[in-house]
Amino acid sequence: MGVLGQSIKRREDPRLITGEAKFLDDIQLAGMAHAAILRSPYAHAKIKSINTDKAKAHPGVIGVFTGKDFMDVNPLPCAWQAGGVKNNANTPRCLEVDRVTHTGMGVAVVVAQDRYIAEDALALIDVEWEPLPVVTDAKKATEAGAPQLHENAPNNIECEWECGDAAATADALQGADVVVKQSIINQRLIPNAMEPRGCAAQYNPASDEYTVWMTSQAPHVMKLLMTAFVFGIAETKIRIISPQVGGGFGAKIYLYPEYVLVTALAKKLGRPIKWNETRRENYIATTHGRDHITDIEIGAKKDGTITGLRVKTYANMGGILSTIAPGIPTTLYGRLLSGPYKIPHIYCHVTNVYTNTAMVDAYRGAGRPEATYVLERAMDWVAEELGMDPADVRRKNFIPSNEFPYAPADNILAGLKYDSGDYDKTLDKALQMLNYAEFREEQQAARKKGKYLGVGFSTYIELCGVAPSAWIGLPGQGWGAGLWESANIRMHLTGKVVVTTGSQSHGQGHETTMAQVVADELGISVDDVIVQHSDTNGTPFGYGSYGSRSGAVGAVAVLRAAQRIKEKAKRLAAHMLEANVQDLIYEDGKVFVKGAPATAKTIQEIALQSAVGYSLPEGMEPFLDETSYYDPPNCTYPFGAHICVVEVDGNTGKTKILRYIACDDVGNVINPMIVDGQVHGGIAQGVAQALYEHGVYDENGTLLSGSMMDYAVPTAAMLPSYETARTVTPSPVNPLGVKGAGETGAIASTPAVVNAVMDALKPFGVKHIDMPLTPEKVWKAMQSNNGGM
Amino acid sequence: MKVSIKVNGQLREVDVEPRWLLVHVLREKLGLTGTNVGCDTSQCGACTVLMNGMAVKSCTVLGVQADGADITTIEGLRTDGAYHPVQQAFWDHHGLQCGFCTPGMILTAVDLLTHHGDPNDETIRHGLEGNLCRCTGYENIVRAVRDAADKM
Repeated sequence: MGVLGQSIKRREDPRLITGEAKFLDDIQLAGMAHAAILRSPYAHAKIKSINTDKAKAHPGVIGVFTGKDFMDVNPLPCAWQAGGVKNNANTPRCLEVDRVTHTGMGVAVVVAQDRYIAEDALALIDVEWEPLPVVTDAKKATEAGAPQLHENAPNNIECEWECGDAAATADALQGADVVVKQSIINQRLIPNAMEPRGCAAQYNPASDEYTVWMTSQAPHVMKLLMTAFVFGIAETKIRIISPQVGGGFGAKIYLYPEYVLVTALAKKLGRPIKWNETRRENYIATTHGRDHITDIEIGAKKDGTITGLRVKTYANMGGILSTIAPGIPTTLYGRLLSGPYKIPHIYCHVTNVYTNTAMVDAYRGAGRPEATYVLERAMDWVAEELGMDPADVRRKNFIPSNEFPYAPADNILAGLKYDSGDYDKTLDKALQMLNYAEFREEQQAARKKGKYLGVGFSTYIELCGVAPSAWIGLPGQGWGAGLWESANIRMHLTGKVVVTTGSQSHGQGHETTMAQVVADELGISVDDVIVQHSDTNGTPFGYGSYGSRSGAVGAVAVLRAAQRIKEKAKRLAAHMLEANVQDLIYEDGKVFVKGAPATAKTIQEIALQSAVGYSLPEGMEPFLDETSYYDPPNCTYPFGAHICVVEVDGNTGKTKILRYIACDDVGNVINPMIVDGQVHGGIAQGVAQALYEHGVYDENGTLLSGSMMDYAVPTAAMLPSYETARTVTPSPVNPLGVKGAGETGAIASTPAVVNAVMDALKPFGVKHIDMPLTPEKVWKAMQSNNGGM
Repeated sequence: MKVSIKVNGQLREVDVEPRWLLVHVLREKLGLTGTNVGCDTSQCGACTVLMNGMAVKSCTVLGVQADGADITTIEGLRTDGAYHPVQQAFWDHHGLQCGFCTPGMILTAVDLLTHHGDPNDETIRHGLEGNLCRCTGYENIVRAVRDAADKM
């Protein structure tokens, strides 16, 4: 009992700290052959011809194929097109046939006895290319004369989408005492899960069934997309197994061309095939994140009250659409632009644009970090313009805690309301941890000595566990299916419990947290519960893990299944005790007649009776086996206040983070140790966006930051220690009262760091520098704006 | 060509191609898949093993170079079934999430602690610079290594 809310150690760790966990690349099957993919060196080109003769003749090569060998395989689907507007969708094939629109697209595949041989043979394939003009910048791609990527997308526009009230916002800005305008770039990021992607497939000709192992955050969705859309076969014909998955951060949600290719090859060649991504492939062929160009106008009264916000964004989709790309910069961005603030009028216009770059899709936070960055930078500009304290401006505009549920203005949240919040509380606590007044004095004293200290705030909201299905789905926001989640619980003869779920951990520790939920609800030991996911045969259909949904949706399905187990156990106990079910109490894993605890039957005794089925009440079937498909009535809305303290070196422009304070409210907490870990990791990724990381293309569409040598995934020495705290405002949306914690860190931290650097640079009169805030950029800004000194 | 490598205390004879990397020999020829490959430029450190007691990235060592060497992989770190103090500390302090970088991270930490008996946080952070983790933000890894140092 009481295991909910405890920091119990993770049950998945023993296999991970001993090397016994099996990741995708560890899978070996009898007769397995290895695939390597020839990828386009051009960002935009026609494929005139491909000659594979020499590669085919290479010793050890089993087969060489091009896109023309797979014309019977459909292009991949785009499963989330922006809601309510026309989308000019273009999606990849398993191998491209006529044309490529970004470097790294696959055009041929070699299958060989081992990967070394396959890579050798790739070098023997001759492709005759006709290079075409290239555009990589989303705004320039929409301008006259830009190279055109797709016939069905004039001016490279995938879709235009808006939310809010254009006219009312224009009036609000007109009537404001001050209006701040600024253009910003939210730079392209590369997710870099430590385990690259991979896929292994086996085809059984007797049953005409495939088994596909895949590094996936959503195995059931992969099965659905592959069977119903790509291969046009019965959904029962493909079984997906997502083994131990080494991180995802969004990039492992999607169906990728290689997965389709390897599956098709397994049938074509009649033997198991494996492809494991190299890190260089990961840079050019796995999805990227962010990449927005945004114009912001924010209006305020003299007292700091925000009156209106207008945002125009060009969102880079890359050369072709990834699985859910169009939905990210629309629903998950525009609809979040009120943040924790009571903004009377908001208007957001988004243009999704094709460019000759890698596909862009959800990356940790997915739209919400971009929205938070817009708002939190804008709040600082308003404070600066009005000479107010940035903490005060935020506080002045917070939605008061007694106004929940709260619907943001101009229906930007499309009918939903924020569930609960107490934004002052997290800010108060964070300011207390900082000792704000003392810091400002220290900052003044330091400036006199030529030391540039800065403090940055980020007060944010999140949106987790996206739901209900009717809101996010085709009738609403355009998501091509539902977003409920599933759990099944079976209690076996000896009282041991097996939980299966459609959620898919890729590092979050579901085997621990979901077991805690069950153990707590049923009053049994957590050691008596195992949690299984990963295999579409043997788990109920579910949508997987992303968008911080496995607590707010997945764990709630687990809870509800456990509640049903409990209800059935009580009915059986009533039969065993010859009592009325209304008179029974379920407590600490025992059922007894109210006031007579000595009569108790343990849940293990009841499970045994249920499983053997010797004496059951009339109409009751044997076995404790219950399932829940939980579709929440709303999303959940975590919030918090992050504060970053930096020192910028006046001679070099280098930023050092002196303190990082995070006070988050994620609702009730199932396992504080795991939540803290999620927050740490999220902060690290957000800090890295602010200071280090940047996916950079040259004018030819070649990725310059195309390896771990060139892209700054931060090391331990590049990141600070984090001071974390929490307040608890339970979510009224679900019975666990949880909100979600997977993305808060990444959402909150980026503007906190940038605001801190800008605060440090105040004596230099610098209004804005686009990320990442490298020493070079900061130093240059200090040189060019030396007015204050 | 034939090489003999002592791996986790056992002498193993392997026929290797000259171009095979040590990590390939360990994973594909000896079945020790606990050592992971996370990059192809020797940045990530996921493939770190101990070679003659020193942490090396097994993707930057050729199999033939390991002839006669004493290699410890993550599978060989336990003694008599008991976790090494660094393994235990990673578990105790939630020093891992997805766990892909963990074998390399643990072996680098073992090496670090053989050189620094009582490292401060800065020493730990610099000592782990050759190993990337994308999940933890390093906070709990640093705590784990410090705790292991106290217990070793």
